[in-house]
Amino acid sequence: MNAIKKAVAAAAVAALIPGVAAAQDAPLKIGVVSFLSGPAAGPFGVPARNAAEITFEMLNNGKVPAPYATKGFGGHKLDMNLVDESGGTTTQVTEYRNMVQRDNVDMVIGYISSGSCLGIAPVAEELKKLTVFFDCGTPRIFEERSYKYVFRTAATATMDSVGAALYVRDLRKGKIKSIAGINQNYAWGQDSWSDFEASMKQLVPGVKVATSQMPKIFAGQYNAEISTVLADKPTVVHSSLWGGDLEALILQASPRGLFRRSTVILTTGETAMYKLAGSLPDGVVIGARGPYGPYAPHNALNTWFSKVFKDRYGVPPNYAAYQMAQAILGTKAAWEKAQAANGGKRPSQDQVIAAFEHLTFKSPAGTVQMANGGGHQAITGTAYGVTKKVHGKMTVAHIKRYPAAMVNPPDGMKAKDWIANGFKK
Amino acid sequence: MEQFIAVLIDGIIYSAWLFVAAIGLTLIYGVMKIVNVAHGSFYALGAYAAASITGALLAHGMPPYLSYAVLLGSALLVTVIVAPLIERGILRFMYAKDEVVILLITYALFLIFEDVIKLIWGVNPYFVAEPYGLLGSFDIGDLTYPYYNLILVGVAIVCGAGLYWMLKHTRTGKLLVAVIHDTEVSRAMGINVDRLYLITFTFGSLLAAIGGAYTAPTISVVPGLGVEVIVLSFAVVVIGGLGSLPGAALGAVIVGLVRSATVHYLPEAELFVIYLVMAMVLAFRPRGLFSIAEARKI
Repeated sequence: MNAIKKAVAAAAVAALIPGVAAAQDAPLKIGVVSFLSGPAAGPFGVPARNAAEITFEMLNNGKVPAPYATKGFGGHKLDMNLVDESGGTTTQVTEYRNMVQRDNVDMVIGYISSGSCLGIAPVAEELKKLTVFFDCGTPRIFEERSYKYVFRTAATATMDSVGAALYVRDLRKGKIKSIAGINQNYAWGQDSWSDFEASMKQLVPGVKVATSQMPKIFAGQYNAEISTVLADKPTVVHSSLWGGDLEALILQASPRGLFRRSTVILTTGETAMYKLAGSLPDGVVIGARGPYGPYAPHNALNTWFSKVFKDRYGVPPNYAAYQMAQAILGTKAAWEKAQAANGGKRPSQDQVIAAFEHLTFKSPAGTVQMANGGGHQAITGTAYGVTKKVHGKMTVAHIKRYPAAMVNPPDGMKAKDWIANGFKK
Repeated sequence: MEQFIAVLIDGIIYSAWLFVAAIGLTLIYGVMKIVNVAHGSFYALGAYAAASITGALLAHGMPPYLSYAVLLGSALLVTVIVAPLIERGILRFMYAKDEVVILLITYALFLIFEDVIKLIWGVNPYFVAEPYGLLGSFDIGDLTYPYYNLILVGVAIVCGAGLYWMLKHTRTGKLLVAVIHDTEVSRAMGINVDRLYLITFTFGSLLAAIGGAYTAPTISVVPGLGVEVIVLSFAVVVIGGLGSLPGAALGAVIVGLVRSATVHYLPEAELFVIYLVMAMVLAFRPRGLFSIAEARKI
């Protein structure tokens, strides 16, 4: 009888071994979420989707330069499960649950909208699924709560706003009397303006706020806002408008002379500067939400990424594309670090999370440190410059770079407190 | 004083834009009793057609001043192709159904058009900025306005006055007024109501497309363009009274001026002020400011 039991057990173990081996070799199914329709698709969603597509393809073929030369994630093939981010937060929560519970993805990389990120983060925690935000900017994600399963591999809007304030302070040294803002009336626009306003008040004591305009997102018509700003004659105008709203603002403000009368800073201007080169005069301050696009450093990863992207899609990658590649490569770095710590075997999700926390990794935009949010929130340096046409071609000039520690709050400190405290701990 | 003038000018420009977008909506409701959510799609189609056709012709050396005519031609072209197709192909089979069912059908059409636009034009933005700056600018105090804004105001006046004249002084207009008053009696009197429905839907949609076409030089033509417009247009026609032409004009002026004044004097209230006005009007005049009295049918 014992012999029969042993034989059955042995047969069962033998039957399981190929399954175990298959699970070890199974491809990684990665949910990728980006805007594929709606107003954010053109400027951000599709470039990010393209970046995901080409990065996964290159990783699967082992064609990415060091330190990402191994195929896939630690030799495991990557399958992309693409989802459209449009439709609002409720739709996104449903889509997220479908990805995790129905499609059984191993992890999710995505989300451009701050609203999406704020909605998805608690659900990721509830479903215990590794989720990497690649673009959304609101600092509230890790300031209001700590998360185990959620990471963000791009810096927050605080970095954009503090960098913008430092840049215009230096550009208009001693001449800044008042500032004005045109920002969208939701999390991204409100956070961007409040950080910029607070930073300017620290950097230029006595600066006045002429007006803060908060038009509805996708309003598209800004004549009244532009009139108000023109009438108030501020030295500096800050805008974090993006996509079609940013482009409409540029088109409507340019013939009205806004760019000539004030120093205008467009924190996401990189996505529009080439398309609307004819409407942007020299001297407009352009941001790229970090060291991306024209501000990306010279390194092997950037040379590879910008070339393969342009060869495939005919246009250079914008910052959303860079941030998507950064998120994928950061996740790969964490996964392979966990795999190495696991003796070369496929790591568990908890092992990947442990490896991801406080990770420092290389991306086409330089070094990324998962330094904030308990090791879940990235910080990077940033750069700003001004538009300058050279032989009719749009470029950026007077580029200034700011190291990560200069434009991001220290870990555990809220952005508002850090700025209010004179950028000190 | 300068700020007050700026409020007036900005308000009038915004009102003109709103009026052109909303006037077709109120016409279609007045005649056909259809709350046409797909109206926003025709606005978007007009903008896309204008941006792509005008942009292409300018790139091939068309004299820039012709672009103003091409904007109009683009709106005409896209409407003449699409509107009769929708009315004859889909809507005419639905007239016997409840108004709510037809509303849902036009909402479905709106969603379909969003995808059709994406299939044809993709998700990248289209620009046709040349006509906006071509005429130069004028100054009022410290404020500069492109002359193109006056074209937008002119388009609104021509559309409104033209429609008013057509309704009052042409045979078709008088037939439309009869249909607006009572469709059944109009049919009984021998009026070809189906033909008038086709004309109304096409003409109403054309007005939306013209709105989109003449707005295109001032914006980035991107997916989702029709969403904001349809929401604001509904606010305008609800304030004015569904189906009322003077109501749409007054509604547009009220919304435009209130929004402009809010942006200048109390910008934090801009987000909800239009809907506050709508709620206040509806609280006192539930059928809008210029609601049309309906004969009681026994």
